[in-house]
Amino acid sequence: MRLVIRDNSNEVNIWMANYIKERINQFAPTADRPFVLGLPTGSSPVGTYRELVKLHQRGQLSFANVITFNMDEYVGLLRDHPQSYHTFMWNNLFKHVDIPSQNVNILDGNAADLDQECIDYEKKIKAAGGIELFLGGIGPDGHIAFNEPGSSLESRTRVKTLAYETILANARFFDGDIHKVPKLALTVGVATVMEAREVAIIITGAHKAIALAKCIEEGVNHMWTVSAIQTHPKAVCVCDEDATLELHVKTVRYFKSIEKVHHALIGEENLGLQGGVKNIKLKRGNDALDDEEGPGAGLAA
Amino acid sequence: MSRPRVTKIINCRVLLDHKIVHNAYLWFQDGIIIDPQQHFYDARFEPDEVIDAHGRLVVPGFIDAQINGAFGVDFTTDAQPEVSDETLRENLAKVSKGLLKFGCTAYCPTVVSAEPEIYHRVLPMLRPQPGSVHGAAILGAHIEGPFISHGKRGAHRPHVLSAAPNGIEDLYERYGEELKERSKTQEGQERAVKIITVAPELEGILDVIPELVDKGVIVSIGHSEAKIADAEAGVAQGATFITHLFNAMLAFHHRDPGIIGTLGSTHLPIPSKGQGHPSPSATSPDATQPDPRPFYGLICDGIHAHPNSIKVAYYSHPKGCVLVTDALSAAGLPPGTYPLAGREISVDDSLHAYIKDTTTLAGSVITMDACIRNFVAFTKCTLVEAIEAATLHPAQLLGIVDRKGSLNVGRDADLVFIDDSNGPDQFVVERVFVGGEEVVF
Repeated sequence: MRLVIRDNSNEVNIWMANYIKERINQFAPTADRPFVLGLPTGSSPVGTYRELVKLHQRGQLSFANVITFNMDEYVGLLRDHPQSYHTFMWNNLFKHVDIPSQNVNILDGNAADLDQECIDYEKKIKAAGGIELFLGGIGPDGHIAFNEPGSSLESRTRVKTLAYETILANARFFDGDIHKVPKLALTVGVATVMEAREVAIIITGAHKAIALAKCIEEGVNHMWTVSAIQTHPKAVCVCDEDATLELHVKTVRYFKSIEKVHHALIGEENLGLQGGVKNIKLKRGNDALDDEEGPGAGLAA
Repeated sequence: MSRPRVTKIINCRVLLDHKIVHNAYLWFQDGIIIDPQQHFYDARFEPDEVIDAHGRLVVPGFIDAQINGAFGVDFTTDAQPEVSDETLRENLAKVSKGLLKFGCTAYCPTVVSAEPEIYHRVLPMLRPQPGSVHGAAILGAHIEGPFISHGKRGAHRPHVLSAAPNGIEDLYERYGEELKERSKTQEGQERAVKIITVAPELEGILDVIPELVDKGVIVSIGHSEAKIADAEAGVAQGATFITHLFNAMLAFHHRDPGIIGTLGSTHLPIPSKGQGHPSPSATSPDATQPDPRPFYGLICDGIHAHPNSIKVAYYSHPKGCVLVTDALSAAGLPPGTYPLAGREISVDDSLHAYIKDTTTLAGSVITMDACIRNFVAFTKCTLVEAIEAATLHPAQLLGIVDRKGSLNVGRDADLVFIDDSNGPDQFVVERVFVGGEEVVF
């Protein structure tokens, strides 16, 4: 797992947006071989979406051959409701970019048969060729998507009852009235996310610090479902300084020093996008290492 | 089955819900503004046409509630029997078309005090018509007179004026069928009478006002010598507009503020529903209810009222302000002599329009966009407020907010692209769309 630490949330957003842009552009998607992207909602990715929109507006990123799968959607909320995740995605990303509407996949919280909707969603992901990159956030209780504490780490897309804490947290979007907050949601499972070929998690803010610490410094635990990324062959977490507040100094120093090594000793031009190292000559005159490019074979694995 | 074209405007700022929204997009189809989110997830189509606004501000088309003519055309003069129907229609079309370049996409042609024959002839020609690239929409006629005060007649001819001793019958006799019948015509057209200006102190008028309101007519107080008591009585009876505030009425007197004083009323009856009344503001009697004070027209040419007067009026009742041009046939043409309902009006180089050889102001030669610019300069209000005074407020007055006056979903796609890069008081109208089609100038 790679942990990229940046000074503040703005830099995190810029890093992540750039990373996504590079991944898509280097993949060079076409209509026959589209880039399948998993997307989150919530406060964490808003800034990242804003930066992605800027990149698109500068002509550096096109979504014409990108297929998206969102993580979740409330049950029973009208699709055009201001708090629905359809509305969130429209306002924060889709309306600003050139993604064709048939490339967009979001769970339908008003489907007649919710279980079937979930099964069909998994099928659609498979049919699209599996998710190339799944972007996510992390809840204060370490949940990914709506996989609240106690969710099976092998779970798939299903109907979930929301935790009371989550309902309370969401009440602010529903006039402060918890009775108006949806109690159920459809969500991709932990395993669904982990099945993606790469997972990228955004963690910003001091209130996420404990969750980050639990997820990367302690064991894989269903009480902190993001911890499942510890077993993913290609995961990257991007966080700001505030989110590192509960990490051991040792952990923070380690990941920061890796970046320093990358840039100072190896040189950015020798680094693959996903951390792989290619054809390097060490800058300080040490013996050159052999070619070593491969998925996840980078220094941070 | 082919669906109607969908157009998307990108790279624009949009005046929406009393704010300028950046990074916004406007979608319209079939001449109506649509909600693109619903279409994105539902119908799943791409826009047929994408218009790049290059950063311009997109606002609703301007609405003029009082305009006597322009480009050499005077609606009341044209109503005379000597003028053929064809010429009348051509002249109307000429004005409708000419107004577009000033950003005005809908208006109420105004007919001043005249004989019965004039109204009987012209009113059926002024029935509401939708706008198009060929001309602004006609929202119905504003009939200014003849039930107005002799002493405040302005440029109106004295011998056609009258009180209403027989109540509404006098109005039926004067205006004809178009007022008497309120149901649609056989061809499905709506009736022409939209606004009537009356003087509430005249005999019979106060009783007539509620009857007119019942018929769906907007009653306006103007060309009147009413003191504050009669003015407030007129509003209490149902008048919701003041015709060109300050002009053709008693001057503001501190012990009897007259019609102008209704802006300071706190005890008018609160309307039961909001439609047709100003939204509440900080100066409303009750901040949670519609404002009982009327809308008021302001001719913002700097000539009809001193800029300071405009500012005083505006801040005492901001949500009631409706900018009007009260433009004459001379509007859009160089200085000279032009007709107004059988009189001659001379326009001098400083663009003052007087009854020929007098110092009595007649109408104006200002255009709607210039009115808005002046308004910003005089009151130092925001561009949003100034534009709302020319779009949202007239739409509220006329009861057409579901179709015009804003850029919310469901409204007609009457749009104006403005370049405000030199400041809100120097904006320039660049592109105009009526019903989603761009007007070519």
